[in-house]
Amino acid sequence: MAPDTRGLIAAPAVRVRDLHRSFSADGGVLNGLDLDIAGGEFVALIGRSGTGKSTLLRALAGLDRDVAGHGEIEVPANVSVVFQDSRLLPWRRILDNVVLGLRGPDAAERGRQALAEVGLEGRERAWPFELSGGEQQRASLARSLVREPQLLLADEPFGALDALTRIRMHALLRKLCEAHKPAVLLVTHDVDEAIVLADRVIVLDAGVVHADVRTDRPRAELRSFLLKKLGVREELGVR
Amino acid sequence: MTITDSRPRTATTPDIRVVRRRLGPGRRIPYAFWIGPLLLLAVWSAGSATGLISPAILTAPWDVVVAFGEQWTDHDLLGNILSSLNRAALGLGFGIAVGGVLAVVSGLSRIGESLIDGPIQIKRSVPTLALIPLFIAWFGIGQEMKIVTIALISLVPIYVHTHNGLRSIDGKYAELAETIDIGRAEFVRHIVLPGALPGFLLGMRFAVTSSLLGLVVVEQYNATAGIGHMITLAEQYGQTDVIVVGLVIYGVFGYCADSAVRLVGRRVLAWRRTLED
Ligand SMILES: Nc1ncnc2c1ncn2[C@@H]1O[C@H](COP(=O)(O)OP(=O)(O)OP(=O)(O)O)[C@@H](O)[C@H]1O
Ligand SMILES: [Mg+2]
Repeated sequence: MAPDTRGLIAAPAVRVRDLHRSFSADGGVLNGLDLDIAGGEFVALIGRSGTGKSTLLRALAGLDRDVAGHGEIEVPANVSVVFQDSRLLPWRRILDNVVLGLRGPDAAERGRQALAEVGLEGRERAWPFELSGGEQQRASLARSLVREPQLLLADEPFGALDALTRIRMHALLRKLCEAHKPAVLLVTHDVDEAIVLADRVIVLDAGVVHADVRTDRPRAELRSFLLKKLGVREELGVR
Repeated sequence: MTITDSRPRTATTPDIRVVRRRLGPGRRIPYAFWIGPLLLLAVWSAGSATGLISPAILTAPWDVVVAFGEQWTDHDLLGNILSSLNRAALGLGFGIAVGGVLAVVSGLSRIGESLIDGPIQIKRSVPTLALIPLFIAWFGIGQEMKIVTIALISLVPIYVHTHNGLRSIDGKYAELAETIDIGRAEFVRHIVLPGALPGFLLGMRFAVTSSLLGLVVVEQYNATAGIGHMITLAEQYGQTDVIVVGLVIYGVFGYCADSAVRLVGRRVLAWRRTLED
């Protein structure tokens, strides 16, 4: 267990100070990272492959027991994770997956509502293998939302989806986040996805925050700025 | 690319499509279940009828039927069958319960594993049947000894396969469970048990046949009823036809039990899509 001072704060916000994580002796993945996310804020995290985006996310989710490191992490009490694979239990029907671990007599009803919100009403009794990739990802989104998280962590949740489904999922995610107002940290490879979805985009490099911009600037300017920060020269024609 | 669509096409829907050649075993054959055993019976009958299989080697099927009738009316065959079934079911029941619980405990806790796994592996390498003399000393020669032996012999496959099934559950589901804050009990109920079920059912198939194997042996010890007892008597009187009756009954037991396990498996594993379907 990384010996962090891990406090649970009442206000739904994230505060990370001087976070270190390393998998081997010869170099850290995260090297003194600082990060703040306000309640209800949507932050996208981009960075080259292998820069430690998933490592940061897992640290926030408390899933990095076996990783060496130290630092200070404060997250809300109610955190939910959306994984790249939908991670539905194959042996439970969709509704049972959504309400897994929920307590209270109205759990099933809340699960049904959450499924309706992501456009899956009528599929409550389906097995996960009967759903398309996008539908599975929507079900896993419903599973997160039904818990009304104060912080939603998503690690490339749309990575495996086709372009068209991605666009639909973007709209859905924005709508849901506006309705439920969780703080969101979304890891993505896709600069455009980050710009469209987030209030703020963070570029991770060498284990620290390399750039941190709000998305209220003109889109073209923002895009070329972020690509430059990622080390991509725009004339190479990345989309 | 092979075009293998031989389904009849109606004139109204000109369904011209390209279907890939199937690499899996394909669609289910109706009554597939019975084809193998019936073929075996046919070969046996043909062999006996043509004299290729002499009665001294293997009694003809029809003589077995006659012997079956005689045993049924004159020697309480039904009582023997019920007595054997009762023994096997009791032993198997204890074996399944204990094996399953041990597998879950040893699968979920490192302490449990260090206490349980070793002894079971040691037990595996000691043939249960070799333990019978010891059990006779401990439990006497009555029903207890027989049930304990059958339980022990069917416990091992249940343990091994359930444990293996449990440990091969993808770690990502445990991770998911951690992120949604469910307790141990719910983790076991929603993730461990359903995830280990395919392994458990495979263990069941072995356990069922093991329990019959145990039955054959224990019933030779001072039984007053049971198929094994019937076979032992027949051996003394040199009645090969009665021995074959006993063997056929064992075979039918095993086959039916195995089919039942597979049937149950197909229903409770409806969430899986494998080559089986
Ligand atoms: N379990 C692990 N054991 C050893 N090294 C690891 C482990 N997980 C990650 N790493 C290393 O840590 C570094 C950061 O990995 P991480 O998964 O956080 O990258 P990422 O930014 O999420 O990349 P991607 O965009 O490709 O998903 C990589 O160099 C990776 O090799
Ligand atoms: Mg990653």
